[in-house]
Amino acid sequence: MTVKGTVFKYGDNVDTDVIIPARYLNTSDAAELALHCMEDIDASFVKRVRAGDIIVANRNFGCGSSREHAPIAIKASGVSCVIAATFARIFYRNALNIGLPILECPEAAAAIAAGDAVSVDIATGVITDITTGATFQSEPFPPFMQQLIAAGGLAPYMAAQQRTVD
Amino acid sequence: MSMTQTQKILARHARLDAVRAGQLILADLDLVLGNDITAPVAIREFGKFGKAAVFDRDKVALVPDHFTPNKDIKAAEQCACLRAFAREQAITNYFDVGRVGIEHALLPEKGLVTAGDCIIGADSHTCTYGALGAFSTGVGSTDMACGMATGQAWFKVPSAIRFVLEGRLPQHVSGKDVILHIIGLIGVDGARYQSMEFTGPGVAALSIDDRFTIANMAIEAGAKNGIFPVDNQTRDYLREVGAREPVIEAADDDAVYEATHTIDLGSLRPTVSFPHLPSNTRTIDAVGEVKIDQVVIGSCTNGRLSDLRIAAEILKGRTVAPHVRVIIFPATQKIWLQAMEEGLFRIFVEAGCAVSTPTCGPCLGGHMGILAAGERAVATTNRNFVGRMGHVESEVYLANPAVAAASAVTGYLTDPATLETV
Repeated sequence: MTVKGTVFKYGDNVDTDVIIPARYLNTSDAAELALHCMEDIDASFVKRVRAGDIIVANRNFGCGSSREHAPIAIKASGVSCVIAATFARIFYRNALNIGLPILECPEAAAAIAAGDAVSVDIATGVITDITTGATFQSEPFPPFMQQLIAAGGLAPYMAAQQRTVD
Repeated sequence: MSMTQTQKILARHARLDAVRAGQLILADLDLVLGNDITAPVAIREFGKFGKAAVFDRDKVALVPDHFTPNKDIKAAEQCACLRAFAREQAITNYFDVGRVGIEHALLPEKGLVTAGDCIIGADSHTCTYGALGAFSTGVGSTDMACGMATGQAWFKVPSAIRFVLEGRLPQHVSGKDVILHIIGLIGVDGARYQSMEFTGPGVAALSIDDRFTIANMAIEAGAKNGIFPVDNQTRDYLREVGAREPVIEAADDDAVYEATHTIDLGSLRPTVSFPHLPSNTRTIDAVGEVKIDQVVIGSCTNGRLSDLRIAAEILKGRTVAPHVRVIIFPATQKIWLQAMEEGLFRIFVEAGCAVSTPTCGPCLGGHMGILAAGERAVATTNRNFVGRMGHVESEVYLANPAVAAASAVTGYLTDPATLETV
């Protein structure tokens, strides 16, 4: 699976409160959450984001609360992949559990600029900055995680596994 | 093989003799927790697993504490979803308004947590129970759903950082200052994916409430969990609340730590986290002139009876500065009743404070104390991110209850030791 889009670039410690402020957590509807994605760090994000776009950030992306609404909002806004130098651990689990591919790659996080066109091969972990021609290697996901992402998350993946067993 | 306290608990729950840092394990769970924000998503995901019933109706706790009493129609719908699921599944530990408290104060108080437990909660501050020698960690809604369905969760076994505590806390310095000092020291990702293991002779001098506050904010350093050794105070607490028989695990003498920090408790000062990161700490001596608009005393971090007593001691016979609003949130119904019976509410109300029913509301900018643009709050809560308590241009200063109460009186960030005697 390869994804491709324009980069939105952010710094260190992008927390879950700025990804989706708690004032919008009175719903768990993905489309509604997407309307407020990144609102407190980048008010223009929702207007500018297009299907396939990629978020690139520095250290500790997704720190703070356990709200799964954060990766849900990012995914529902059309973002195809998040690349960061490092991720906070609860966000990391949550993103994969809902089938949002996220890659740790400090080199890519440092080099890729806002507005660059970037493609990511989820199977191999190769990140290509189409604008500059640079490529970066992140650790590829093991096969089961690729299947989990393709299935759309842990729950549909487990349900499919269950059907296979039955 | 030598193991940390956390690794020993995880090994036992994975039914293994030993585990090592980095190993992936599947562990049995003693408790799975969710609240009115996270559980509705978990309930939706649970439906996709194709299971009719939760793995054990006594080992799931549903605590609608965030936007309750229902702040609006949408919040009411989320709580209704939780309530319907709790009834349908006959969940033993479901607590509705009038019985509910802030989850991380409530579950220990109800005796639902014991030493040696392995607990997940769809709330990042689930790490609080490490105060009692349990492994507990925050997860998302899908992990909660999986936990409810199977009674298990997968973990990557964490490595650990050790904090050797020595000495005793001085006056007006509490567990909050210990953890803010540590977060200032190692940063908001200083313990990312790791355990924070607190040990040393200073532990004995920390109350269980101080330990709750310290373990509660382990997540603010990025940690997977924070954990304390089990001592006589822990045993007494567990006995008093009627918790299950504890299983006491201690770190091996030769356990491996990625780093060791020695903290002299006696040298700590009241500490404040400035906007917009918990790691942005200054001692009270270096805060300068910070005029404030609101004070919030409460939350899963500092809403326990000892916190209210500290605030009351400072507010007794004094009044809140005219330009300041003070809202006090006892964390549970039991704490509320005890505070009332001790006469703390009279002190608060006569000083000019509002006293609320238990809720997480203002801590996360949900309801009951939202900040306008340009407003500043001193809060005994746990996060001061951009927009955390309201408008994106508002500011939150994290502090202990003594500093919060003293600041309420003067209207500026204040060292309680500098208040004039009354």
